[in-house]
Amino acid sequence: MEIKLQQDILAANDKIAADLRKIFEDKGIFVINLMASPGAGKTSFILRIIEILKDELNIAVIEGDIASKVDAEKVREHGVAAIQINTGGACHLDANMIRGALDMLDLDLLDIIIIENVGNLVCPVEFDLGENVRVVISSIPEGDDKPLKYPRIFVESEVLILNKIDLLDCSDFNLGEFKSIISGLNPSVNFFEVSCKLVEGVDVWVSWLQKQIYEAQKTKSGGV
Amino acid sequence: MHEMAITESILSIVVEEANKRDAKRVKKIKLEIGELTNIVGDCVQFYFELMSKDTIASGAEVEIIEVPLTAKCSLCGKVKRVENLDFLCECGAAMKTIAGKELAILTIEIEEAGEV
Repeated sequence: MEIKLQQDILAANDKIAADLRKIFEDKGIFVINLMASPGAGKTSFILRIIEILKDELNIAVIEGDIASKVDAEKVREHGVAAIQINTGGACHLDANMIRGALDMLDLDLLDIIIIENVGNLVCPVEFDLGENVRVVISSIPEGDDKPLKYPRIFVESEVLILNKIDLLDCSDFNLGEFKSIISGLNPSVNFFEVSCKLVEGVDVWVSWLQKQIYEAQKTKSGGV
Repeated sequence: MHEMAITESILSIVVEEANKRDAKRVKKIKLEIGELTNIVGDCVQFYFELMSKDTIASGAEVEIIEVPLTAKCSLCGKVKRVENLDFLCECGAAMKTIAGKELAILTIEIEEAGEV
């Protein structure tokens, strides 16, 4: 006997993600799902954001790594709450892990949660975490062809950060080629060139972020 | 890369459905996998064979239907099969994915309790 199921395999994750999205919306928390390969500069990018915004907004960071607490400790040194999730081998964060981490945060106090996903350009994009915005970081040393090799994460992210732009002159990275690939893959992506090391360009992205947070709050208050 | 986690979900859904219907065993599973997902069908088949051992779904055939990547223009509404990952419409606007992200179990075929 054949049984029709039409069952989404990730439905369990998506259901939890939808619950999380509702919680974030109710509490007025803007959530960023930050994805990139290992070493692209996710943690440095988060630290630069914290430096600009921490006097103005309450930020918490959820760190996803296969092992270690290195990243959470770096964030805490900047005076911001950080929860470390160790996935124990899993190559991505899922909504259930985020739900667990929220128990350790005081959601009433928060304006922004930045989720640093596991360093990986493949798996994280399949799992909805209830975020407002998905941000992918690419960096100069990785080469200009990464969007062609790992397309989905570049197709689906609303923001693309090109980090380590200060290394452009000493590499073979072809910025024109990179931009041309991106304009085909994701023509409406919000693209920012930054150097976390020299603290360049991060402010432009933060202005964009503040605008999004403002819009989200306006939509919320308008909807009530 | 995360085919193991995906296969685990598939197996748990399949076993639950089969048990709900008092099945003797699961004969076949038909999956739908979109072109844009990063899921390799061969890996799912391989993991399923390993993970389903000693379950009601052991030995089930896994058939995979691939769904081509299709996008729709956000401005003029044109729909096209996306080739070479080009999401730019002829009219110059950005296109949004409408198919190719599927990851679903379409059907399962079971052998019922009384069946020989």
